[in-house]
Amino acid sequence: MGVLPIRSGDDVVRVRQHVRGAAAENGLSLVDQTKLVTAASELARNTLVHGGGGVARVEAVKSSAGRSGIKLHFTDSGPGIADISLALTDGWSSGNGLGLGLSGTRRLVDEFEIESKPGEGTTVMVVKWSR
Amino acid sequence: MEQVPILKIGQTLFVSIQIDLQDESVIMLQEDLANKLATTGARGVIIDITGVEIVDSFIGRMLSTIGSVSRLFDAETVIVGMRPAVAITLTELGLSLSGVRTALNAEKGLEILNGKH
Repeated sequence: MGVLPIRSGDDVVRVRQHVRGAAAENGLSLVDQTKLVTAASELARNTLVHGGGGVARVEAVKSSAGRSGIKLHFTDSGPGIADISLALTDGWSSGNGLGLGLSGTRRLVDEFEIESKPGEGTTVMVVKWSR
Repeated sequence: MEQVPILKIGQTLFVSIQIDLQDESVIMLQEDLANKLATTGARGVIIDITGVEIVDSFIGRMLSTIGSVSRLFDAETVIVGMRPAVAITLTELGLSLSGVRTALNAEKGLEILNGKH
């Protein structure tokens, strides 16, 4: 459904708006739309601030049980994450945030996968299913 | 980048956020509010987020910071008009908005600031 660049704060807002539209079109409830858009906002900011920019990919998906959902990929070629399990801990932060970005994001979505290699970049994949 | 206007009515500063907030706009709002508090001596800040579709960890942290900064100017901050979906999402995200009060709407927010609980 679209590939969007993330190079500025304006792009983060555009990603949020695009994800909102895709989630509404695919039957996610208002609360689920809000959770997914909030997760997208966290991940897009990570891509921009920690990854030095990258892209967001937005896809409509269907589960084997026939439920529709939205899958998001956020990819950057930044420094990567050395210790993923540490980065997913509540309260741990590499910057001046609250350390809720990644760990909080994981609670807002139904599926969450992260791949990262130091020096090569990071890809985060999330899915939110309609109920 | 869009700027969020600040209105002064009596001893209260009113902010109604009607735009899709990007990080820079929130940082600017924080600075503008601190300057307005310093120059006007206002005793309260009401931030209406009725038009805000999401509050993520950054925006939430900045709202808390605005509350803490206001307190240094002897002013209290009340966030009003949070959408139900935003409240549910914020809670699941793990944010508690420490440093600010919340109220259902601007009228109730003003009652808090005027000491009528």
